[in-house]
Amino acid sequence: MSEPQDSAADKLAARVASATPEPLARRVRGLSDRAIAWLFISPTIVLLLAINIFPLIWTIYLSFTNYKANRINRPIEFIGLRNYERVLTDTDIWHTLQVTAHFLCWTMTLQVVLGFGLAWLINKQFKGHGLWTTVILLPMMLSPAVVGNFWTFLYQPQIGLFNYAVSFVTGIPPSSFQMIGDVNLAPWAIVIVDTWMWTPYIMLICLAGLRSIPDYIYEAAEVDRASKWRQFWSITLPMVLPFLMLAVLFRSIENFKMFDLVVELTSGGPGSVTELASINLKREAFEKWRTGYSSAFAIILFVTVFGAASIYVKALNKVKQR
Amino acid sequence: MRKRNSLAALSAAVLLSGAGVTQVHAQEEITLCWAAWDPANALVELSKDFTAETGIGMKFEFVPWPNFADRMLNELNSGGQLCDLMIGDSQWIGGGAENGHYVKLNDFFEAENISMDDFAPATVYAYSTWPKGTPNYWALPAMGDANAWFYRKDWFSRPELQEEFKQKHGRDLAPPKTQYELKELAEFFQGREIDGKTVYGAAIFTERGSEGITMGATGALYAWDFKYEDPPGSYKMEGVVNSPNAVQALEFYKDLYKCCTPPGYTDSYMQESLDAFKSGQVAMAMNWFAFFPGLYKDPEVGGDKIGFFVNPGQLVEASTLGGQGISVVSYSDKQDEALAYVKWFAQPDVQKKWWSLGGYSCHVAVLNDPSFPDSQPFAADFLNAMGGVRDFWQEPVYAELLLSMQKRLHDYIVADEGTAQEALDKLIADWTEVFEEEGKL
Repeated sequence: MSEPQDSAADKLAARVASATPEPLARRVRGLSDRAIAWLFISPTIVLLLAINIFPLIWTIYLSFTNYKANRINRPIEFIGLRNYERVLTDTDIWHTLQVTAHFLCWTMTLQVVLGFGLAWLINKQFKGHGLWTTVILLPMMLSPAVVGNFWTFLYQPQIGLFNYAVSFVTGIPPSSFQMIGDVNLAPWAIVIVDTWMWTPYIMLICLAGLRSIPDYIYEAAEVDRASKWRQFWSITLPMVLPFLMLAVLFRSIENFKMFDLVVELTSGGPGSVTELASINLKREAFEKWRTGYSSAFAIILFVTVFGAASIYVKALNKVKQR
Repeated sequence: MRKRNSLAALSAAVLLSGAGVTQVHAQEEITLCWAAWDPANALVELSKDFTAETGIGMKFEFVPWPNFADRMLNELNSGGQLCDLMIGDSQWIGGGAENGHYVKLNDFFEAENISMDDFAPATVYAYSTWPKGTPNYWALPAMGDANAWFYRKDWFSRPELQEEFKQKHGRDLAPPKTQYELKELAEFFQGREIDGKTVYGAAIFTERGSEGITMGATGALYAWDFKYEDPPGSYKMEGVVNSPNAVQALEFYKDLYKCCTPPGYTDSYMQESLDAFKSGQVAMAMNWFAFFPGLYKDPEVGGDKIGFFVNPGQLVEASTLGGQGISVVSYSDKQDEALAYVKWFAQPDVQKKWWSLGGYSCHVAVLNDPSFPDSQPFAADFLNAMGGVRDFWQEPVYAELLLSMQKRLHDYIVADEGTAQEALDKLIADWTEVFEEEGKL
């Protein structure tokens, strides 16, 4: 069983050797499979260590200090868990986490319902479904900064199309409400825009799931006289669920870190009602320059996302095994 | 072997000649960093004379105001060499000096006979000195500025509106003398139909992200004699920052925002104020003097249609300081050329041309010229405003202090959270924490 692999490795080594100068070629020919494997993956590992692992370790170190990146002359003092204590007892931080949770829960709920619904409709293969798929996917292809900017105009109370559309449907005067200026509406304004932009992503993954279900399963269900509702609950939903859960995982991680879209739309306002955790983190780290404090906050957020994602992945694997 | 050596020598020669070219080129060009706004264009025009005189080319790095502090402070904090000259905001002076970003200019001024007495005292204090008021200079006053107001003179002069206003308030429809008069005017115009269009009272600063709402609200706070600490240098804020007068001023600014701004005016700063005015939406707007030359020239709303007035007083006459000094960046390897620019810029003739092009000179040769008040329709107001300017903290930790104020003010004024007293109490708590961390309290 290992012979063909060995010969493939020999051939690869011979090819590399033939393309390299003689002294080096001799050395390559003498290398083991494991050494060659290390040779190939070592640049990636070095890069990963340099741009992922080292900054993470450095951030952990800074989180225990009073370091400020704009005060390079100031001596760095080790202050133990003080930054963590301050982050966890800061009411403003808890407020931003609540705002983030609201944003995350509602965007995920709406995107799952709408995304799955759209995928289910598109999967019906009606006339022009290809064109509609492309049209629906368009928002996802735009830059978040562009989308944020564009929606600030749509939400403009005096000239915004969104306000006029709401006015047309409900009869409320368009300039009588402010989507991004009202403390009650602004959290929903950011949910609407994110849902508009990212529902197609969920749809696309659900569509892949729907198309992966073999027709014969439905045919067998038809033979057993299963109703359409029964087919949906017993075949469609369980078979699409792993795809859907994967899409939710990706989007949840992204939305937990959401920054650009919301900054363009509201800058975290009015007041702080749309100040997500990532916006607060950026302000602390790069505007107030509280590097140690913001490092602690970043580590807390990282652990939260990592922990939640790990639990979720375990659940996802269980669903896949069923 | 000889062939390899020849190749190496050739490569080295090419590299060295390249470096030589780069060096000569580098010596001939310096980069000036500033915000992207009207006066920056005037400075580009003015700087052509410097290049013509000295042969030193000028490059410019202009960043829009909302990102200016972020971008440039990042540059300075990282010891970047992008900028040789920095026209940094007045609040940066403490950090620029203490963190070693700016070159101290005392020896240079002395060697080149540049006297700070040749510049308006308020501008020297605000833009150049750190610690405040001491003869330690880190910048040359470059651009005097303050927050002021402009209004639709053509609307104010309509007889039917004048009559209606006089009947209602018993005085002429004219620029306000006090903050309460300002609000009365704004209320008068709010929601009124003019030329078939609904117009609004006033465009004020409410921006959340950078410094907008603080710069706007301090216009009212300073008019109620707001102070950051008392006595100066003590960092004693309790009873000062949250004094009854400060509470009243903050309540006033919120009332002005609620009663008299256009719909959706919740995150607005300089550009939004200009847009609201130029599109004929508002009767009055606040903004920096720097924009006034451009507004006066505007074909739609400028000329006879526009008037200007200084920030109205209430308990005292005072305006929010804007403006900047020009500093030499300590990380620059072209400091000699940068200092040559500062020397050139300090000349009275250059300062006169700077004013004529639309920049706001701080030089007494310009400001004390008898013809100055009449040189532009807003020149007298500029002189008046600069006589009573007040600035935000200029501490090295100004950014933390500013962002706390942005949050507390926006929470109270725009998001309706709590009372003015609570907002100012929380602000003191935030600032106390910052100063304690700095070891100043």
